[in-house]
Amino acid sequence: MMDPTATLTPPVGPRDHAQGSADAPVTLVEYGDYECPFCGEAYGIVKQLQADEGSRLRFVFRNFPLTQSHPFAEKAAEAAEAAGAQGKFWEMHDMLYEHQDALEPQDLIAYATELGLDVERFTRDLDAGTYAERVREDFMSGVRSGVNGTPTFFINGRRLDAGFDLETLETAVNAAAGSRRGA
Amino acid sequence: MSSPATILPAGTPAPDFTLHSTPDETVSLRDFRGKPVILVFYPADWSPVCGDELELFNEVLPEFQRLGAQVLGISVDNVWSHDAFARARHLHFPLLADFEPKGAVSRAYGAYRPEDGVSARAIFLIDGTGVIRWSYLSPVGVNPGANGVLAALENLVPQDANAS
Repeated sequence: MMDPTATLTPPVGPRDHAQGSADAPVTLVEYGDYECPFCGEAYGIVKQLQADEGSRLRFVFRNFPLTQSHPFAEKAAEAAEAAGAQGKFWEMHDMLYEHQDALEPQDLIAYATELGLDVERFTRDLDAGTYAERVREDFMSGVRSGVNGTPTFFINGRRLDAGFDLETLETAVNAAAGSRRGA
Repeated sequence: MSSPATILPAGTPAPDFTLHSTPDETVSLRDFRGKPVILVFYPADWSPVCGDELELFNEVLPEFQRLGAQVLGISVDNVWSHDAFARARHLHFPLLADFEPKGAVSRAYGAYRPEDGVSARAIFLIDGTGVIRWSYLSPVGVNPGANGVLAALENLVPQDANAS
């Protein structure tokens, strides 16, 4: 089920973190929170989906930290962006989702070390909130797009309201690929 | 109060109400004359989903406040449930108990589900003069996002689009 009033705003563009080709017929966008357990569940499902779909799928992640419920979510999001500034967004993204129970500042720094980042720069960026505005921009774009909880997925720009188990996502990807071919 | 079959549409005067927000305090719609009010009807406290509707509105609250609006949550839960729920989720806006007579305010707005005995997921934007300017009923099982009411509020409140 897709809600026509909930449309990805702005569309996927060069500022986004994307895995897969811009020419892929299907783009899946997730608005997620690194501390949210449901997003942790979705992390493994999306990995499986990417393995199954291959080049047919492009995956984009945007930050949607629910800071009132999840005290470590904001800095975790900034940590992924700070790693992204050093070319390792996805490595940090994976690291955070694989260690959702350890997202305190010293954990983030340990992950930066493990990923071989410039730790001094990474720490400075986190302390200064260098990427806080970027995270807020993602958040507000999610609000305007109709994000209604975490995780929220958009397929080719439309919000997916049917849940996020693997079968549902596969079905939605197939439908989107089919309608694109027919268009 | 009569109960309409569908949610009250834009242009309708918003039915006034007085409901408990805590065991000792009540909140009336007329208290907020002069500022926009966002009424968020929802089925129940303690929804099992993470990052649910109220958490979302809580997170967007600074944006609503920047635009001068007051957010009020309403469900048929009692004040003690609301109190515990608001604390657990760190909610920073009042939750009103449409508890006695049960669902009366929800019914007046056409936002009651008699088959379930709970409020529907409906959102109303009421202007400073007490007139509904926008309303939305979400499909069963789908949390509404904040996009619709935020756009309606921005439309209602003259503002410098670049202010933040």
